[in-house]
Amino acid sequence: MTGLLAVAGGHDVVASRAQMASTLGFHIILACFGIAFPTVILVVHFIGLRRHDGAALLLARRWSKVLAVLVAVGAVSGTVLSFEMGLLWPGLFRVYGAAVGIPFAFEGIFFLLEAIFTAIYLYGWDRLSPWAHWWSGVPVAVSGLFGALCVVAANSWMNQPGGFVMSHGRVTAVHPLAVIFNAATTYEVPHMELAAYLVTAFGVAAPYAVGMVRHPDRRRSRYHRLGLLVPSVIAAICTPLQIFVGDTIARAIEHQQPVKFASMEYVVHTHRGVTEWIGGIYYHGHIYLGLNIPYFDSILVGFSPHTEVVGWDSVPRSQRPPLPSLIHNAFDLMVGIAFLMLALAAWLAVSWWRKRDFPVTRWFAGLTALGAPAAIVALECGWIVTEVGRQPWVVYKRMTVAQAATPVPDVPWTFGAIVALYIVLTITTLVVLALMARRWNRSTEVAEHDVPYGPGRAHGAASVRQ
Amino acid sequence: MSGGAGTPGIDDAMAAVLFVGITLYATTGGADFGGGVWDLLAVRDRRGTGPREVIDRSVTAVWEANHVWLVFILVILWTAFPAAFAAVMTTLWIPMVIALFGIVLRGAGFAYRKEVRHLRARQATGIVFASSSLIAPFFFGAAVGGIAAGRVRTGFVTGLVSSWTSGFSILAGALFVAAGAFLSAVYLCTDTTAQGRLELRPYFVRRALAAGLVTGGIALGALFDLASTDARLYDHLTGRAVPLVVVSGLLGVTTLVQLARGCTAGTRPLAAGAVAAVVWGWGWAQYPDLLATSLPLRTGSAPTGTMDALLVVFALAVGLVLPSLGLLYYLATRQELGEDERDVAGAALVGAPQGGPPGQDPGPAGARRHPADGLLGLALAFGAGFTAGRRERPAGRRQGRRATRRRPARRRRR
Repeated sequence: MTGLLAVAGGHDVVASRAQMASTLGFHIILACFGIAFPTVILVVHFIGLRRHDGAALLLARRWSKVLAVLVAVGAVSGTVLSFEMGLLWPGLFRVYGAAVGIPFAFEGIFFLLEAIFTAIYLYGWDRLSPWAHWWSGVPVAVSGLFGALCVVAANSWMNQPGGFVMSHGRVTAVHPLAVIFNAATTYEVPHMELAAYLVTAFGVAAPYAVGMVRHPDRRRSRYHRLGLLVPSVIAAICTPLQIFVGDTIARAIEHQQPVKFASMEYVVHTHRGVTEWIGGIYYHGHIYLGLNIPYFDSILVGFSPHTEVVGWDSVPRSQRPPLPSLIHNAFDLMVGIAFLMLALAAWLAVSWWRKRDFPVTRWFAGLTALGAPAAIVALECGWIVTEVGRQPWVVYKRMTVAQAATPVPDVPWTFGAIVALYIVLTITTLVVLALMARRWNRSTEVAEHDVPYGPGRAHGAASVRQ
Repeated sequence: MSGGAGTPGIDDAMAAVLFVGITLYATTGGADFGGGVWDLLAVRDRRGTGPREVIDRSVTAVWEANHVWLVFILVILWTAFPAAFAAVMTTLWIPMVIALFGIVLRGAGFAYRKEVRHLRARQATGIVFASSSLIAPFFFGAAVGGIAAGRVRTGFVTGLVSSWTSGFSILAGALFVAAGAFLSAVYLCTDTTAQGRLELRPYFVRRALAAGLVTGGIALGALFDLASTDARLYDHLTGRAVPLVVVSGLLGVTTLVQLARGCTAGTRPLAAGAVAAVVWGWGWAQYPDLLATSLPLRTGSAPTGTMDALLVVFALAVGLVLPSLGLLYYLATRQELGEDERDVAGAALVGAPQGGPPGQDPGPAGARRHPADGLLGLALAFGAGFTAGRRERPAGRRQGRRATRRRPARRRRR
């Protein structure tokens, strides 16, 4: 670590970046559940209330219990990020805090609303009237969406800074709306929100999918079918939208941040008829082990094989992102996973179209189970593309990461400590969730007593029993 | 915050908003830390179980919402006063990092403790929750002490350990811990009534009295320390901020008298007001400096566009968040909120009433006070709301039934 730091030149840029990367990489997963899980819960809750379906109500009730744990851990890991803005990047906030802080300030409101209504929803089971209780969950889902809009707007501002006037190195005028709705907000926000829904949907479906693979009789249980199919349908709706949004983003990035795009697609020199590379390692001007499709990158960018694409040698080496192989392969992996998810969505759609039934087969369940880790990998890959692809800038073309970093020399220590802490947190969270699942598995056979709101349980309870 | 230098402007308004956030965090989140302290101090055998249950029920539904005020403070600080934020987070890097670790461990320990069933695991997570409840406020206090004493200056100063290890900083850290414990014990007194655990009320009354005396002692000690070490801050605290100091003292003494008389109904807002007055005393003594002696408010403020946006944020906080908090509070008082244990445990919940209408539940438990108390305390600190205490509902009705079934059911299962 010290060798690397010496290269970075005094400041703990490497340690700061590594700490930010690990804490944000951890939080982003929990944030996804914070954004999308309430909606998924409200969908099954709605089904349960509307159809007097005990199995659906039981699922909603148990999922809200899981949400409680994830939201609590997410609240603290989000606080870590708030502190890190100052502990790691005081240079960024000293200069640009007045602009980039604005979306964060609005996010604070949605965070508060989310916490309040989450408490009402979580502790309202059986206490509030059924529909009032359902409605108390709606503000959680809505403020999750808006909160994500704000946070992602701050990130997109770093990619496309706007809405402020600088003079003598100081921000002297700020236009708040132009800060929040900067040139990258319109596409980064839907991309992240859809990603959150995909991660959550596959994450929620996975335990039921695994259960069906292990215990084939569960495929006939309404409880387990709902647990698998509600999130699967949500994922199937989001996947094609996400691919469309992602495709649009790639073109926008080619336009707005050409060097990032060049790293994503291995475009070294600016030229026409650019080859699309799938996979491959870039090393000293050569690309090894990659598939290439001539002209296809130009076609993707401008719908014509003669479209000119800017290469990364258009800027000096000091302004190019490091590790093009990482950026390119993370991008390809994300896109590849999205198309696998699309295949799964198509399977679901075809089965429904032909048989008016869902494909609750061993294969479908198994692939859905794999979708959970795949969705998280895609999420992290997308985030690597955004963040590593923006290097060396923290505020695109205005401030480098090194200029933003703290001069405090102790960051490697906190980096080590926080990685250790987060490993413990991750393991504990997974163990706690596994224990909850085991407890519930044991008690499904008596679940008819658990069906919320008393009457109307006849429908689902029988199928819950196994 | 009017008065000071010239006419009050938007900078002053935003400083006031910042202190509203700090006040709410101190009187709600601070008390949650205090709950952890009492959890830590409760004996580790069966006699400690009762108090721990009361603490647990009091903190469960509200700690997250309370905690978010800290994030609110941070975003207002870095957006409205970016230079001060950068300087504070650089100079006070070490105490901030330690407090941050404390916050993570407190929250995670508490969240896990609710979900793990094994006794050992519960104890381990409980100890993490409790000890980090001591660490976080202490280091926040030490950091705030450093800021108040003018030991944080503009720019990126590193390695200045004396910025938070002075006698005053240590006293401020201790004051944070003690004030949180005091607030928490006062809140818990009324919670015992609401939770139907009257036998534990003397337990918390004793602790509230002790913590109140200790808190007052530390506050006086800090003031004496300043007399010899920091004439500027001492002059301000005994000069223009003296009304707030006096109000804090009066409210504190009244709280103790009320406690000693065993009458706890009106003590919550009194105690919250005493703490809030200290917070505003600090702010008023420091005004109009962001960082004492090196960064005035005017110089360190963001441009007006930013400040306008933040006023909108504050308006949203008043227009959306406060009514929502009110709703949470209202539902809690109507006993419409409760911890959902029945389902999760499966039908194994022996003997618990199953989904009966609200009101059948035998033991009320408490989604409690927090948000409202913070607001009441704030109102008191402004000197506008001495009547606000009357609006407070009788303690017995303020409590939701949150955790009622949880523990008994769980114990039976084991």
